[in-house]
Amino acid sequence: MALPQAKRDATEARLAQVTLPEGAAWARGARKGALDRLTAMGLPHRRDEYWKFTRPETLFDLPAPPAKVFSAEEPPVFETIDRLRIVFVDGVFDPEQSDALDMDGVVIERLADASATDIHWAKDLYGTLETRGQTPVPRPLAALNTATASDGLLIRVTGQAPRPIHIFYLHRDERSDAVLHNVVKVERGASATILETGPAAARFNKVMEIDVADGARLNHIRTQGRDHERRAVTHLFARLGAESVFKSFTLTVNGVLTRNECIVEFTGDNALAHVAGAAVGDGDFHHDDTVFVTHDAFACESRQVFKKVLRNGAVGVFQGKILVKPDAQKTDGYQISQSLLLDGDSQFLAKPELEIYADDVACSHGSTTGAIDETAMFYLRSRGVPKSQAQDLLVLAFLAEAIEEIEDPQIADEILGRLDAWLGRRRG
Amino acid sequence: MLEIKNLHVKLEEEDKQILKGVDLTVEAGKVHAIMGPNGSGKSTLSYVLSGRDGYEVTDGSATLLGEDILEMEPEERAAAGMFLAFQYPVEIPGVGNMTFLRTALNAQRKARGEDEMSAADFLKMIREKAKTLKIDADMLKRPVNMGFSGGEKKRNEILQMAVLEPKMCILDETDSGLDVDAMKLVADGVNALRDAGRSFLVITHYQRLLDHIVPDVVHIMSNGKIVKTGGPELALEVETNGYAEFLDPEVA
Ligand SMILES: Nc1ncnc2c1ncn2[C@@H]1O[C@H](COP(=O)(O)OP(=O)(O)OP(=O)(O)O)[C@@H](O)[C@H]1O
Ligand SMILES: [Mg+2]
Repeated sequence: MALPQAKRDATEARLAQVTLPEGAAWARGARKGALDRLTAMGLPHRRDEYWKFTRPETLFDLPAPPAKVFSAEEPPVFETIDRLRIVFVDGVFDPEQSDALDMDGVVIERLADASATDIHWAKDLYGTLETRGQTPVPRPLAALNTATASDGLLIRVTGQAPRPIHIFYLHRDERSDAVLHNVVKVERGASATILETGPAAARFNKVMEIDVADGARLNHIRTQGRDHERRAVTHLFARLGAESVFKSFTLTVNGVLTRNECIVEFTGDNALAHVAGAAVGDGDFHHDDTVFVTHDAFACESRQVFKKVLRNGAVGVFQGKILVKPDAQKTDGYQISQSLLLDGDSQFLAKPELEIYADDVACSHGSTTGAIDETAMFYLRSRGVPKSQAQDLLVLAFLAEAIEEIEDPQIADEILGRLDAWLGRRRG
Repeated sequence: MLEIKNLHVKLEEEDKQILKGVDLTVEAGKVHAIMGPNGSGKSTLSYVLSGRDGYEVTDGSATLLGEDILEMEPEERAAAGMFLAFQYPVEIPGVGNMTFLRTALNAQRKARGEDEMSAADFLKMIREKAKTLKIDADMLKRPVNMGFSGGEKKRNEILQMAVLEPKMCILDETDSGLDVDAMKLVADGVNALRDAGRSFLVITHYQRLLDHIVPDVVHIMSNGKIVKTGGPELALEVETNGYAEFLDPEVA
């Protein structure tokens, strides 16, 4: 299908400014392929159906809009958890602040380092899952990432990772424009937990391709931290083998523009995927969760739980789809997206979709928009809880259902505690 | 303790007068009971005193320990010592009972300039109080009133009262929905809190509760006013003869 002239021009103009990173000989083909894909599909435009609720330009136009660095006088998230820490500052690997990339059951390399050889295990995955995720809906900013990513981690999990792998994305430069691409391969029967935290950059484009083999498990927990002006577009592509388990949770607080896409594909039977998100936005905040789950195997279970709390004109978007292919009998698909609007200025735009071609399935979806329960507010206040604190209690209660999707109680506690503290600080 | 004078209240949203000149004084250390037909305004009085939205005071006053409470926020009234055991306790999904109570207690302490209670001390205190009300630890862990039976909700109100140690306790039909044993537990809970510095206003339809919590004074409310005040014998009279003889001639 030919692109409209204007879109083709815009895409060509933008791509003229792209130089493919040197090195990683094995990735060169994938990068060129991604450029070709991008040329064919064109950059997103606000008239695209998939970008109806979120304006895409500032996610790829050059130069990136600057974002002030938020100085938080608080310990970094997950600091109390025993983990392997890897730090990127504005998208640049920082060996000083990082632990040695070395842990039992896991092989970790950097994309920028793995350049010398022409053969690499990640060659089969880099850009491959992204390509699979381009149908039926194109995701041009993921292709842009595959083509231009400057660095990222290649994580191969061969056994039971004894500690979580924590990727910590620091933001120090007001004008940074970071593009990182991670590839995670969890081999048969292996398991790991990956934590991602931090605002990352003034603008951040990140892709994570995740291949979970038969009987393997991956837990992914991420927080997108507090810098108000930051922008991010992230894609998570997960391919799940038989009896595998994949759980992903994201907490987002602040950020003028965030688009988190999560694309899950079941290729083996009896696998399970839970994708959840909690977002808290105040004022100039636009947060978009776009999820696409494809059931192409027997008796898999998928769950999407997304909650957003919005005030002072903040905007929340949820586009979530469950696609059940003809042979995916006994699919169990669930999707819920809910927003709590703390005032009349904020809005929540939701587009939940089911597309089902198998007959023996159980799929449900729901989306709600609501205000604070005044009866509950009065009950709390009548017991002496001040109004703003009572509101925060109800906000936390509302988000709890998404946070409960986190499997590890210590991590869930950390997330809940952090959220509580952030809300408390805003209360003053 | 509590002094209500000529209190007139209408609904904010519509032109409906509900309280039409309530006069009531509850002295420190006393237990007053209010009885009265359905719809006479008993719950409205309790809501107005504790600061619920939706009502407009058109005349009169209410003071707690000499302080005008009608202008205060609900949380300020609570910190000043006001407590309402709700006729219909509210379920709050996602907020744990313990978290709720500790937050409430510490917020009140903070408002009064006192130190917050540590998690450990709180746990110890609440376990003891819950035990005397036969509320098991499992219920404390659940979200506020979620999945509680009607009687359990009422006992939970009394537990909150025992934890917060308010000065002015209003109990709105805390006895309704309670079985005989639970009623005894609740009454024991209330009696244990009776103290020279604490007063109670017990709203009830049944004499039976007043056998256990013996009031000093009984009032009959009808059509938004106190129409009769007497001793405990007044409750017995209502029990046998109903309200007919007390009713406001306007509505009777
Ligand atoms: N928010 C409201 N909207 C409409 N009517 C109201 C409202 N609140 C109270 N009323 C009316 O005011 C009157 C008094 O109600 P209230 O609940 O105070 O009575 P009560 O004495 O507690 O009755 P009961 O013994 O049944 O509990 C009733 O006629 C009730 O319908
Ligand atoms: Mg009532």
